[in-house]
Amino acid sequence: MQSLRVALAQISPVLGDISANLNLHLEQIEAAKQQGADLIIFPELGLTGYSLKDMALDVARDCKHVDIVTLLEASKSIDIVFSFVEESEDHRFYTSSIYAAKGEIKHKHRKVYLPTYGLFEEGRQFARGDDIQAFTLDDVRFGMMICEDAWHPSVPYLLSLAGVDVMMITAAGPGRALSGDPNSASQAFWERMVRTYAQLFTTYVIFVNRTGFEDGVFFFGHSLVANPQGELIGGVFSHEVGLAVVDLPMQLLRKVRFRTPLLRDEDPYLTERVLRRLTGGN
Amino acid sequence: MKQASAICASLAETASHIVPVLVAFLRDEVGKTGFHDVVFGLSGGIDSAVVAYLATQAFGKEHVHPIIMPYKTSSPASLADARAVLHDLSLAEQVIEITPQIDAYFADKPDASALRKGNKMARERMTIVYDHSVVYHALALGTSNKTELLLGYGTQFGDLASAINPIGDLYKAQIRAVAKAVGVPLSILQKAPSADLWEDQTDESELGFTYDEADAILHLFVDDRLSVEEIVEIGFEETLVKLIVRRVMINQYKRRMPVIAKLSSRTIGIDFRYPRDWGL
Repeated sequence: MQSLRVALAQISPVLGDISANLNLHLEQIEAAKQQGADLIIFPELGLTGYSLKDMALDVARDCKHVDIVTLLEASKSIDIVFSFVEESEDHRFYTSSIYAAKGEIKHKHRKVYLPTYGLFEEGRQFARGDDIQAFTLDDVRFGMMICEDAWHPSVPYLLSLAGVDVMMITAAGPGRALSGDPNSASQAFWERMVRTYAQLFTTYVIFVNRTGFEDGVFFFGHSLVANPQGELIGGVFSHEVGLAVVDLPMQLLRKVRFRTPLLRDEDPYLTERVLRRLTGGN
Repeated sequence: MKQASAICASLAETASHIVPVLVAFLRDEVGKTGFHDVVFGLSGGIDSAVVAYLATQAFGKEHVHPIIMPYKTSSPASLADARAVLHDLSLAEQVIEITPQIDAYFADKPDASALRKGNKMARERMTIVYDHSVVYHALALGTSNKTELLLGYGTQFGDLASAINPIGDLYKAQIRAVAKAVGVPLSILQKAPSADLWEDQTDESELGFTYDEADAILHLFVDDRLSVEEIVEIGFEETLVKLIVRRVMINQYKRRMPVIAKLSSRTIGIDFRYPRDWGL
């Protein structure tokens, strides 16, 4: 693929109302298609809202549920990354993101790191994902993370070793607006992190965050894309609802990785040896 | 004291760009309840003035319904300051005197303390605000700041009551910064804060410490999680630090739902856990 056109859907989901959010998704999908996007990405728990507490049980869906199938159907004309409370066959509840294309689930990521501190209580409701995998579609290698996953550098590190061209982070990131800056302190941190990962792992990094308020908690938006040089190349640079369409020229990866061959020089065997020692192996 | 003013200056600085977020907060949290209008008591003080400015930015003047509710001892300056806010924002004036009902209630209670009278007035005013939430089909906005909420300096089910509070996470020093940013009249910014429950009352004389001291100590204790000893080491007087921390603790009840005897497997306030925005 020469260039990937990605739409970042910075939405404000209605808490607990899947039918309203499904409509919102379909509207955004239509808008992204009209702008010629190959892929549209929705934020963490875009189908359900974030602060679910006991509602998580009511909004959980398995992958065969008609609400999920509706989005799979929509993926026949554009690739879609969406996120919801996934209920497994053995009734564990996960925060999941699905990459859907051509009417099928191409990849599913279950959130691994569930923040349970401060205002977060994900560990109460949700089961922890136990894998991190890259996947390839039309010659583009992707990796997905959900919010807190990205705060653990091991996750993008593993995806980088798996050879990804594009890392996608879907998020429901709350902002601490009292920063003395027009942007929240959390926004500043995320932007730094996304740009740093992009530059260190020489990949595109796409960050799609939600906006709006739930029980007074402010989600700061500011979805953005950084290129493999760590430069911002597009996004919704506000806490307002918005759809940003950004082109990711794949040729740039080739040039950057030739000039700055960090991936070539990375030594996973050294990492493995030291990790074994640190975790008590031989 | 130097440390207190330095901490307050830095607190104020953090609030310098907060207005757009508070306006978005009001639109979002009020809007999803299905209400388009808001109602609140306008005292002539800085807190309710700030709320009036934020609400007008969020909803437009025709959707904002402040009510001025003086008692006969209320300071005429308060009324003038409240009117200055209305004038500046082109808001309709509504004044409801609470003297008749307060005096009728206390007519046979000549020994009632100032505290009882003050509480009664605060609760009377809040019943009027909530009554008008029906009149205007409007949501009641809170006007208590973080300093008051933490100190418990307010009347439960009186001025502490509200459906939605845009300023409850801002210390007094931060309220002043927001007041300047939104253009609250200077006469309000410069006067000594007062609950105006009796003549010549000022908050700082009643509390026994200044808002700067309270803000600084509360910020160190609550946000930075310093211990009493660590706060004293910075240079604050031990008795004062202990007094303020004690107030925060014993007034926790004013910030929570009533305690319910837990009998079932899903008890309100304990393990029947839904967001406040449930179903909105």
